Amino acid sequence: MTASTANLTPRTGLGDTAAGMPMLHRAIFIALLAILIVAPFQFYPVFLMKVLCFALFASAFNLLLGFGGLLSFGHAAYFGAASYISAHAAKVWGLTPELAILSGTAVAAVLGLVFGSLAIRRHGIYFAMVTLAFAQMVYFFALQAPFTGGEDGIQAVPRGHLFGIISLSQDINLYYLVLTIFFVGVLAIYRIIHSPFGQVLKAIRDNEPRAVSLGYAVNRYKLMVFIMSATLAGLAGATKAIVFQLASLTDVYWTMSGEVVLMTLLGGMGTVFGPMVGGLIVVTMQNYLAHMGAWVTVIQGVIFVVAVMMFRKGIVGVIGHWLKRSL
Amino acid sequence: MFELLGIPPQALFGQLLLGLINGSFYAILSLGLAVIFGLLNIINFTHGAQYMMGAFVAWMLLHYIGIGYWWALILAPVAVGITGIIIERTLLQRLYHLDHLYGLLLTFGLALIIQGLFRNYYGSSGLPYTIPPVLAGGHNLGFMFLPTYRGWVVVASIVVCFGTWFVIEKTRLGAYLRAATENPEMVNAFGINVPRLVTLTYGFGVGLAAFAGVLAAPIYSVNPNMGADIIIVVFAVVVIGGMGSILGAIVTGFGLGLVEGLTKVFYPEASATVIFIIMAIVLLIKPAGLFWRTA
Repeated sequence: MTASTANLTPRTGLGDTAAGMPMLHRAIFIALLAILIVAPFQFYPVFLMKVLCFALFASAFNLLLGFGGLLSFGHAAYFGAASYISAHAAKVWGLTPELAILSGTAVAAVLGLVFGSLAIRRHGIYFAMVTLAFAQMVYFFALQAPFTGGEDGIQAVPRGHLFGIISLSQDINLYYLVLTIFFVGVLAIYRIIHSPFGQVLKAIRDNEPRAVSLGYAVNRYKLMVFIMSATLAGLAGATKAIVFQLASLTDVYWTMSGEVVLMTLLGGMGTVFGPMVGGLIVVTMQNYLAHMGAWVTVIQGVIFVVAVMMFRKGIVGVIGHWLKRSL
Repeated sequence: MFELLGIPPQALFGQLLLGLINGSFYAILSLGLAVIFGLLNIINFTHGAQYMMGAFVAWMLLHYIGIGYWWALILAPVAVGITGIIIERTLLQRLYHLDHLYGLLLTFGLALIIQGLFRNYYGSSGLPYTIPPVLAGGHNLGFMFLPTYRGWVVVASIVVCFGTWFVIEKTRLGAYLRAATENPEMVNAFGINVPRLVTLTYGFGVGLAAFAGVLAAPIYSVNPNMGADIIIVVFAVVVIGGMGSILGAIVTGFGLGLVEGLTKVFYPEASATVIFIIMAIVLLIKPAGLFWRTA
């Protein structure tokens, strides 16, 4: 019981520096940025962009699961809807890429508001089922709507010119845009979870009745974090559509929702860096095992089972446990 | 012949029958989910995969050893139920002390494994399973043509659903089950082997899914993906009905199947999403589900 009171006091036990971010986290972020700036000279930029998009997607999902304690099994809805809108905006409306991404993200935010306000009326397992069902609804919409191209999806989306000036057809230019979006996204998430809002969120996660009795409008917090998570997942999906010049049914199918759960679980839910690691591993695995067809599904299932049975902290969670630091 | 709102009765009743058949599957599957949830407190994501396994076991029995439909109707649920018991004993049992969401994640992983394996060996194009000769053909009822097999599916699922309801609500075994749902420690103290009850319940719920799979085999093609999409609809059914009531699960399952059938007649574009829309409305006006019993 005392633990949850401690959680309600911001800046307790986080090892904050005066500037608000612990040295360790700051060092990791700087190292990450440095690596990612030089990475495209060593690795294939499109692969790196895919990793960044999914790492952001998983981080956004983790904001909801790891810090809000809400397991959504339908995050493909926001990722995929944003992907479709972004692709449509860039291709049919001829918007510049940044506006296309923004419109996709905005649609994800609205969807998050609508589905979130309904889903938070149920708890736990029901919440997971409700979000899954809503995502399936979005999938059927994408399958049937006139502008989504049915089974083909929206193909040959133009990458266009950033702000109408910088051509994104060169991978390297696009890469740095994606890198910027990724960093803005994860730093926003970092800021959210370490804000007073984030502390209340953790209190609700750990002991909802107590948070209610302390006078917090629990549902409002849940809805807010749901919308934030959906918006950032949308940002990742909208960016992905520009990178691959494609929005397809894969983006919005339940398998995508499962993958983001897997990334977060594997990397470590409730950690800052875990979902990024999980995203990297899952995307890399898919790339190298792509020729194995349905075996990829089997392997993902096995990872799920192993992670749930004996590895619930995830990779980063375990490392953090060794170091006795929260990562 | 009369017409209803411009719809020829053949089409209307045909779609209603299809709806009733889908509803049969929703009812059996959501019933299985509810039974499992009641005692294990987990949502069995593997349910769709186990439904698919039921259909596949029936197909294998016929093609590898020549055992026909009627035996498959008994053997497939038993075989799949045994795999369920193994899963419960080796994996699920270790998760009961944790947050229930881990059970959901575990069974989701298992569903991926099972579906992936079947896709590897049997492809995703689907395998045909012929209707047993006794149930082939159909009857002209005057206002519509009733294929015998489809009539059989509806009757069989109603019998199984109400059989399950009867066992749980009206027999001594069911009383143990309900008591263990309410207070497992107490029932354990009275000398009932609750862990075994839990294991058997999971096996039984899984067996129900496999039974639905065998029923479905001659209607839909036997396909590794057949369980993946239906289980999401069944989740919505379960959210609408609530899992607190056995009868509620049955009624909601059949009812929503019919609604889906009607939607196919009057506004086909929405037929895939109507159940999700109903779910949204139910969440708005009766968030706990239609049949929620406060114990």
